[in-house]
Amino acid sequence: MKTFHHFAFGLLLAVSSAALAQDPAPATEPAAAPSEGLEVTVSDDSEWRDLGIAITTFATDADVPTSTNAGSTAALGRALATVVAADLKNNGLFKPSGPAGLPQPSFDEVQAPNYPIWSYRSADMLVQGYVHANPGGDLTVGCYLYDVALKQQLAKAGWKVGPADWRRAAHKCADMVYSRLSGESPFFDSRIAYIAETGPKGHRMKRLAVMDSDGANMRYLTSGQATALTPRYSPDYSKILYLSYLNGEPSIYVYDLNSNTQKLLVRSRNATFAPRWSPDGKWVLYSMAIAGNTDIYKIPASGGEPQKLTDSPGIDIGGSFSPDGRKIVFESDRSGTQQIYVMNADGSQQHRISFFGGRSATPEWSPRGDQIAFTHIAGNLRIAVMTPDGRNMRYLTNSWQDEAPTWSPNGRIVQFFRTEKNSGVTSIWQVDLTGRNERKLPTPVGASDPAWGPVRP
Amino acid sequence: MPCSLIMTRRSKTGATMLLLAGALALSACKTTAPKELPPEPGPATTTTAPAGPTGPVAGSQADFVAKMMGADTIYFDTDKYDIDAQDQQALARQAQWLMQYSNKRATIEGHADERGTREYNLALGERRANAAKNYLVSLGVDASRLSTISYGKERPVALGSNEQAWAQNRRAVTVTVD
Repeated sequence: MKTFHHFAFGLLLAVSSAALAQDPAPATEPAAAPSEGLEVTVSDDSEWRDLGIAITTFATDADVPTSTNAGSTAALGRALATVVAADLKNNGLFKPSGPAGLPQPSFDEVQAPNYPIWSYRSADMLVQGYVHANPGGDLTVGCYLYDVALKQQLAKAGWKVGPADWRRAAHKCADMVYSRLSGESPFFDSRIAYIAETGPKGHRMKRLAVMDSDGANMRYLTSGQATALTPRYSPDYSKILYLSYLNGEPSIYVYDLNSNTQKLLVRSRNATFAPRWSPDGKWVLYSMAIAGNTDIYKIPASGGEPQKLTDSPGIDIGGSFSPDGRKIVFESDRSGTQQIYVMNADGSQQHRISFFGGRSATPEWSPRGDQIAFTHIAGNLRIAVMTPDGRNMRYLTNSWQDEAPTWSPNGRIVQFFRTEKNSGVTSIWQVDLTGRNERKLPTPVGASDPAWGPVRP
Repeated sequence: MPCSLIMTRRSKTGATMLLLAGALALSACKTTAPKELPPEPGPATTTTAPAGPTGPVAGSQADFVAKMMGADTIYFDTDKYDIDAQDQQALARQAQWLMQYSNKRATIEGHADERGTREYNLALGERRANAAKNYLVSLGVDASRLSTISYGKERPVALGSNEQAWAQNRRAVTVTVD
């Protein structure tokens, strides 16, 4: 991202102190919050989720127009704080408040918080920030996290972003707060590829689409003329693998996001589906049906000879690499029903790991390596997790039809899609590993097959 | 979908289930019919059988559909792809037509019901379409004239979320290429 630079702290402080010499901007009318926010379903209100974080409107040194869709720097400051607060909601760790209803710190308070005010309001943590418009149109955004009881700064960071990328600065700020307070890796500044669904159940259009991790900045990549299914972002965000019925035959295409062109992954008269990247982006797994028998293949992402990994008379399909790339978890009905198996990356030592009754499908290895998420089918379809040796199976959801889990980049959140009975309307949901905090992503139309990409650099 | 059509559809869940399904379909029709009344029937004298020349062109897909009278589609049990006696009758009828019009090609579309995961259902649809194809080939239809495609659970014909709808959606449909 050319317009996105992580500032060294020294540089940030130089920027800030230069700006500090000026008078703080006069308070302006708060702008309307941007329409892209998270639609939230709180399924649990337990006591442990009570670390109160006050997130204040980001101050500005001068309220000037910007070419962002949020308005002037003052309006942008409020929008930034709104995005940060929305990110931090409902992941089971924090109870963010603001920016609405909270005092607005002045520009020179950003680095010198008025602790007594926040103590009085019983805030545990305080997030403050600023936004500064640079002459070229870029924006500098600073983000600070304070411990109110200790009266101490815990973290700070700053970013220079182009006008179209202002939400990334907010996601980076939320990531900083989340990481510092939870000890987990960040995940908010990431993208999701998915299938946008419109039209009635009997004649539904399915288009390839991408969006930010909070549902904002949604964009269609295909027209809908050909049905698109099961996308997967490459680890460097440059490409998307997906299934298309272009030319009437279901085949895997590689969509290049830089050139907006696509090509067939493999040229074959046989149907290819269920594409997956290796964690290093160097290999692609795909499944191919020959005379009704489906097996899993591996091919270098740059092209070359495919290698057949499975050879059972049943359906072997999907596949997800362990984070170290050494193993692959996949689905097979060689036992008579869909079950989950693990093999080495060369196809050797295939063995079943799911013994839970019912059927087990669509396994996805956590980026942390410690869990495998999958769809368990016993009447209803539900999202569950287990360890890589098939132990400690736990349901994360309980609905009529939830399927196709994928992981957040830090392995703390599982994303899946839910289908409504009868109408068949689909939507994308996220759930944390306790299963207690579920949220629906605000997509403009029906949405399925979510695929989460890594945290952006 | 007209109720009479539902009645003629077969499911593999046994005779009792079939009767039950038929009864359900009928009772459903009674409650929904007033919303979609058919046009008033005309005088009895006009209800003559359609004349030959207005029928579909011999050897066309329309002709195939008309001649098959429902036998262009075969149905499967949950997660199954075996060809049972009823399917064999339907496929024999298809083969007869395909042998008569030996220059025609056909595509067999495999489908699954909605109660499975998306990718597995694509593979399952492939397996069903191939089961139908293999049986047609065993009856003498040249394999090079038949292609298969799976739509998984993406193209349901029955839109409800119940056993009867799912039974109708677990299918392989032969479509001739005009």
